[in-house]
Amino acid sequence: MATDPGPSARYQLPSPRDKAALLRLAAIGIIVLVIAVVFAAVAGWLSPHALTPTRIVDAFEQANGPHPGFRRNHSKGVCITGSFVSNGQGVRLSKAVIFQAGNVPVIGRFALASAMPDTPDGPKVVRSMALSFRPADGEEWRTGMNDIPVFPFAMPEDLYDLLVATTPDPATGKPDPDKVKAYFGSHPKTAQALQTIGAKPFSSGFANASYNGLDAFRFVAADGTVTPVRWSMVAVDPFVAEAEQAPSADKNYLFEALGQRLSQGPVQWHLVVTIGQAGDPTNDATIVWPDSREKVDVGTLTIDHMESEGPGNCRDINYDPLVLPAGIEGSDDPLLSARSAAYARSFTRRAGEEKVPSAVQLNETAKAP
Amino acid sequence: MIERSAAMTQDPTMQHQQFSAFSRLLHWLMAILILAMLFIGIGMVASFGDYHWLVSLHKPLGIAILVLAAIRLINRLRHPAPPLPAAMPGWQRTAAHASHVLLYVLMFALPLVGWGMLSAARDPIILYGALQLPPILPHDVALYAVLRTAHTVLALLLFALFLAHLGAALMHALIFRDGVFESMASVESAKK
Repeated sequence: MATDPGPSARYQLPSPRDKAALLRLAAIGIIVLVIAVVFAAVAGWLSPHALTPTRIVDAFEQANGPHPGFRRNHSKGVCITGSFVSNGQGVRLSKAVIFQAGNVPVIGRFALASAMPDTPDGPKVVRSMALSFRPADGEEWRTGMNDIPVFPFAMPEDLYDLLVATTPDPATGKPDPDKVKAYFGSHPKTAQALQTIGAKPFSSGFANASYNGLDAFRFVAADGTVTPVRWSMVAVDPFVAEAEQAPSADKNYLFEALGQRLSQGPVQWHLVVTIGQAGDPTNDATIVWPDSREKVDVGTLTIDHMESEGPGNCRDINYDPLVLPAGIEGSDDPLLSARSAAYARSFTRRAGEEKVPSAVQLNETAKAP
Repeated sequence: MIERSAAMTQDPTMQHQQFSAFSRLLHWLMAILILAMLFIGIGMVASFGDYHWLVSLHKPLGIAILVLAAIRLINRLRHPAPPLPAAMPGWQRTAAHASHVLLYVLMFALPLVGWGMLSAARDPIILYGALQLPPILPHDVALYAVLRTAHTVLALLLFALFLAHLGAALMHALIFRDGVFESMASVESAKK
């Protein structure tokens, strides 16, 4: 081919003497390269130290050890089912079908806010309630709530820095107290939020705890009116303060107590929506709204069944707080998108891993009579 | 033909047929959408603050590409591409045909794998507001994990293929100057 300028001569690379053609060839190379480099930059491949969902999930694994198959946080839990009966009071605030008077099935999960799936139940461990409301029209609403008044972190970086500060030192097997102290010195919001959390007594169990959505959302009414809100599941069972010490050596005493409570009858909560006013922060989950804000009871959650995690039940649901029906929207709280991103990463990792049975194994599924 | 092709630049005999105006419209519209999709996809998985709105964009855009790919395939079967210049070497013709087949396969595979993986995760496939698509696969997280990996691998393959396609198109435009680039890039109406 090189000696004979045959029919394909046009389709060869330009001769080294043809400077103009070589420039054009270089231009092609540069165009392709620039697009590839921009792609790599958008992918984060050129900034390995930026905080990404992958890095925060890695930090959970480093701080708590690898626990394949489990959620990277809130790892120990049980599945619950029941229903939500709306009283219609929410309709003026949100056009979501869920708030029209009626009954919606719910599939949820109770868990400990610990990243270790075998963590023993204890009086100081934060508890969580995750719910998936499944109305007949298919527009699902998922929410994850905790039994604390505020969230300890305003930004994902605040959480990441704490995970790094509390990652055990390989030499001692324990976190370095100086690093932990330095963390709180440089993160006053988290220190303040933890004081707020510590000032309020915990309840003695899952059934008599109230759970708060913590992040702010936006309710959109049928006429387009937007209302900033936070929500809570307020326990119907009377509050009993948790003892200082664990009342039992049973590592699962909280979950066992929930099963016993369910065997006596269904457990209920009121879904209470707190209406924010101008000036109430919607972008900072570490700050409580004033107690005087209007609260609207929009319906009652009834949980009547509990079972161990297994294939296809709550174990395999990603309780992403931004799975919302039309009528509920995320606020400007940066944690919402961050939770969505990190939960997706955690979900993808555990989905591809061998499953280990949950530490909470019930002899039989607990069901309310 | 053989004698003519030896002559170089601006050879009027090298001008060959154009794609139809509708084919060109589909090509360029999808080029923009697919490139945007690749950047949105790779960017959203590395992002916290922009994750949610990018995902909200990624889903309806992916379904739009799937619909356009179906229209495009029907159009392509009814209006075949103009023939490549006879002088093009065999390996280049093979590469051109194989890469176009693969581009078509990926235009269908990526949205379908995306839709399938959301179905297997039991995540809602929200297009806009209350408008949702039904799941196409049962809730199965192991299946989700496989499809999720496939989605990334296929997307990176599509991006690599896009770079090769762009590079080859520019070679035709600036080095070979054989009218192949103009058959898709020209805004003139098709030659009678």
